[in-house]
Amino acid sequence: MSFDNAYESLIDHEDTHWAFGTGFSEALAGVDREVPDVDRADLTAYCLMLGDDALVLSHRLAEWCSRAPELEEDVALANIALDLLGQARLLLTRAGEVEGDGRDEDALAYLRDERDFRNVHLAEIECGPFAGGDFATTMARLLVFSSWKIAQYSRLRASADPVLAAVAAKGLKELAYHRDHAAQWVVRLGDGTAESHRRMQAGLERVWPFLDELLTAHAVERRLAGVAVDPGELRSEVDGVLDAVLSAAGLTRPVDVPAARVNGLAGRDGVHTEAMGYLLAEMQHLHRSLPGATW
Amino acid sequence: MSSSWPLWEVFVRGKRGLNHVHVGSLHAPDAEMALRNARDVYTRRNEGVSIWVVPAAAITASSPDEKDPFFEPSGDKVYRHPTFYEIPEDVPHL
Repeated sequence: MSFDNAYESLIDHEDTHWAFGTGFSEALAGVDREVPDVDRADLTAYCLMLGDDALVLSHRLAEWCSRAPELEEDVALANIALDLLGQARLLLTRAGEVEGDGRDEDALAYLRDERDFRNVHLAEIECGPFAGGDFATTMARLLVFSSWKIAQYSRLRASADPVLAAVAAKGLKELAYHRDHAAQWVVRLGDGTAESHRRMQAGLERVWPFLDELLTAHAVERRLAGVAVDPGELRSEVDGVLDAVLSAAGLTRPVDVPAARVNGLAGRDGVHTEAMGYLLAEMQHLHRSLPGATW
Repeated sequence: MSSSWPLWEVFVRGKRGLNHVHVGSLHAPDAEMALRNARDVYTRRNEGVSIWVVPAAAITASSPDEKDPFFEPSGDKVYRHPTFYEIPEDVPHL
């Protein structure tokens, strides 16, 4: 194989001469994009719930970039953040498609205000690297979040919405790695030194009040039977996974005292914690200052 | 912190590769985490189907000082090379 210049060899021909790094495929190629016969506003809201969970946690994990305790961990956290961002893009695109008002993934990610975000509080709270946590707290959150998401997505694969089913099937493999990464660290820190054990236990105590919201059905989820997953069904599976990891780590399961709601409302209703406004300000600032900016 | 974590050498077998190839090194607290770190650092672009990690301390390397007695003697022994055969084009992996 010969080329006139070095760049020509990189484009537009079969890739068999590459030893590494080929065979990428488009995420949802060939998936039916038919919208199931359910209330469109409900389905849009449900896509936003799932998409915002992934988008907001992705942003939180990206805050570790250049701040992780080790170079290798920096790369690992960025990889996980990018996996979640990829899921968020597919889900927000679907939300815009179902809504039918011409909003794309960028409009939904960057131009909605706090009350229109539908993510759970666990995704948005500060767990480090800044005030509100540390690396152990970040691993505690990732363990709880990914254990819950795996239970949710494994059921969502049977959703009557073919796009949600496909996103779930793709996302499960990624989430399995996220949970494994978190569990490895929870066990090492919990079963490590006295100081690492103390901080790991403190990290669990910090995130535990937000577990209940993950397992409480919202009215939209109840109305979308057959399309949405009922979070109430996930409790025993999630509890089983968390108890197994905590037991291997020599950690104590915190007492279940759910975080307070505002008039019974929480993240799924667009009612967020104090941290959410600051998070959105940083995440949306560039796009709102320079609409449509690309690089 | 890096100073307290041991160094590991990473070998990846690519999709089309027949053997594991050394791709670099990294720090990790133990073998399991070294495997996971290697997955994140060296196979992000779909490079691999199998990873080995080896403690760098377990590798015995030839010394640069011994380079001449080790390698020089083979320089003029052309008869050791099978360069006088014709190799058919459709024989793979040669």
